[in-house]
Amino acid sequence: MSSPPNAGSNAGPNANSNAGVTYLDHAATTPVRPEAVAAMTPFLGGTFGNPSGAHSAARAAKTALEDARDEIAALLGAEPGEVVFTAGGTEADNLAVKGAARRVRAAGGGDAVVTTAFEHKGVLASCDRLAAEGFRVTRLAVPATGVVDPDAIAAAVDLRTALVSVMLVNNEVGTIQPLDEIVRRVREQAPAVLVHTDAVQAVPWIDVADAAAAVDLVAISAHKFGGPKGTGALVVRGGVALEPLLEGGGQERGLRSGTSNVAGAVAMAAALRVTCAERAADVARIAALRDRLLDGLLAAVPEAFENGDRAAKVAGNAHIGFHGVEAETLLVALDHAGVCAAAGSSCSSGATEPSHVLAAMGITSDDALASIRLSLGYASTEHDVDVALAVIPRAVEQLRHAGKAA
Amino acid sequence: MGDRILVAMSGGVDSSVAAALLLEQGHDVTGVTLKLWGGESDSGCCSVADVEDARRVAAQLDIPHYVFNLTDTFDDTVVEPYVREHEAGHTPNPCVECNRSIKFGALFQRAEALGFDAVATGHHARVTAEPHGAYALRRGTDAAKDQSYVLYMLGQRELARTRFPVGMLTKAQVREHAAGLGLRTAAKAESMDVCFITRGGRRTFLADRIDARAGSVVDVSGATLGVHDGIEAFTIGQRRGLGVATGERRYVVDVDARTATITLGERTDLLRDAVALRDLTYVDEPPADRADLFAQTRAHGTPVASTLDGTTVRFATPQSRVAPGQVVALYAGDALVGGGIVT
Repeated sequence: MSSPPNAGSNAGPNANSNAGVTYLDHAATTPVRPEAVAAMTPFLGGTFGNPSGAHSAARAAKTALEDARDEIAALLGAEPGEVVFTAGGTEADNLAVKGAARRVRAAGGGDAVVTTAFEHKGVLASCDRLAAEGFRVTRLAVPATGVVDPDAIAAAVDLRTALVSVMLVNNEVGTIQPLDEIVRRVREQAPAVLVHTDAVQAVPWIDVADAAAAVDLVAISAHKFGGPKGTGALVVRGGVALEPLLEGGGQERGLRSGTSNVAGAVAMAAALRVTCAERAADVARIAALRDRLLDGLLAAVPEAFENGDRAAKVAGNAHIGFHGVEAETLLVALDHAGVCAAAGSSCSSGATEPSHVLAAMGITSDDALASIRLSLGYASTEHDVDVALAVIPRAVEQLRHAGKAA
Repeated sequence: MGDRILVAMSGGVDSSVAAALLLEQGHDVTGVTLKLWGGESDSGCCSVADVEDARRVAAQLDIPHYVFNLTDTFDDTVVEPYVREHEAGHTPNPCVECNRSIKFGALFQRAEALGFDAVATGHHARVTAEPHGAYALRRGTDAAKDQSYVLYMLGQRELARTRFPVGMLTKAQVREHAAGLGLRTAAKAESMDVCFITRGGRRTFLADRIDARAGSVVDVSGATLGVHDGIEAFTIGQRRGLGVATGERRYVVDVDARTATITLGERTDLLRDAVALRDLTYVDEPPADRADLFAQTRAHGTPVASTLDGTTVRFATPQSRVAPGQVVALYAGDALVGGGIVT
């Protein structure tokens, strides 16, 4: 991101809008890929039709929307009719969790939901809503490795379970969940149970078509893989019935009314195409960058510790704590030095909230408040790691020194 | 280049202008807004709308802006002691404790750790460098807005690294300056109440956190006048909402938490010629035998000629009793000398 001499071929012009900044927050959002910008631009200009119309302008938009749906479906291992466009990952999670559970119960099925305590808020808050509506909700704790135990999920499922929701990759610690095993064990207990996965953080790193092949509902979000914000999708396997959240004109097979975001869908398809084509090379390159970053920090900073099992993580995630340092203060010091990182999860005020993910993993409050997330992505470079390795140990040392003096 | 200064921006007009003035003076300015209260807050100083105002002003001034989440510290050092003090029948000043523990405590420490040269706030008070090398804390230029009283706990260590950029301006001048810069907070109303207490007021807030203990209302001779629902509703000097009809004007002259007894009396029963303080602090040296001291017992109270005898303030003329938990600040002229909390 900081225009190094050997900048990767992916670092297009729009990836450099914050010149001089070392961007290590790809799990929050990624720079929009030039291919996505190019794909969506016509639909912000001349090709403005409403795809639901019955004239030539509408047809051009409708064709683009359905081409995008075809491409996304193929890349996610779904049929085109199984892809529902939404306004992002949170909406997709809400539609999956609330839509499935409510529909199952209304049809006389189960009234229980099983999930983990370290899901994204889009899932957890939806489960809170369901609990208020009388559903039995089980939120399972997660081991410190950050990898859910399929046996624990299976043990929580019974014949009254309507839905199981387990994320494919955790957004804070980056751990990949054994989804195939979870689905297999769950179906042994209760063959009819629906399974949803929040795959929002997975797309840049693993082949979702393969990893979520056995899952009924799969949520993705375009801006996590080089697409624009405000665009996502939910894969709804054939035969799975949902209660819609939004009702109106009946777009998206009645599951998501509202005029289609044609530009967003087209850009998401383009971003997904590039992401899938370059994934294998990116994963290898970025895993090496991440390991150099983490090993360098662990070597340079005394009393540093990793959160989550690195072997189970996606290539871009580094989650590291520094005893005796407040993460919130460290982020300010890093920002002053031009390094963008994150801690906990951001709330609407912009304050850092204590991480519910680390708490679910049994990590102490002190350790959680001393931990930051450095997330690399397709735009990351060797130079970014050089800068981080120069800046972070110095900042930690400065804050620790000040803490001792106080 | 000027100093690196961290400005606490509440989202109000005073701290907005404080940041703007420091910039105009050539300093390297960073804004920070403190998220202090995790509970319900629809008008308090830490609502999302206020954070947003601070962020937008910082963006307009083109300075970095951060939000520090100090809710746990605020709960431990301000809210919880506030509740416990009321439970003990005292009348605490949470704004003073917030200044002590948060703005000039946790925030001050973070600013030092991050290498800032100073912390600035929008308080109406002034810090001046004195000829003998010490710093003085003086009243703000706008007498009606002076906030030096709630800053009485600041010592030389803090003052050396503290700026109050609007302290030499009147409130009208502050608003004029904000309007001239087109700041969105220029005409924003002031927050007057305790920031973490909103709908329902103090009694509801405390009732949710304290088991109310009913007790007797008596007169100064000990004769029972009636009963009450809980001592938290009463403070020394109060004369409304006493729930007892005596036919004469009556004041709360004592609150005894141990027996849950409220004593009512006449105005003269409140008069005291001295008040004992705890946790006395001084801006500089203790003012031994100074004859020019004035004591101020309320945020905007009239200063009274006094002397300091150990930890006891003796008034030149008898004063209405000050409730335990309240602050008494001592001044010499417009300079704050020190202060403490009424025992």
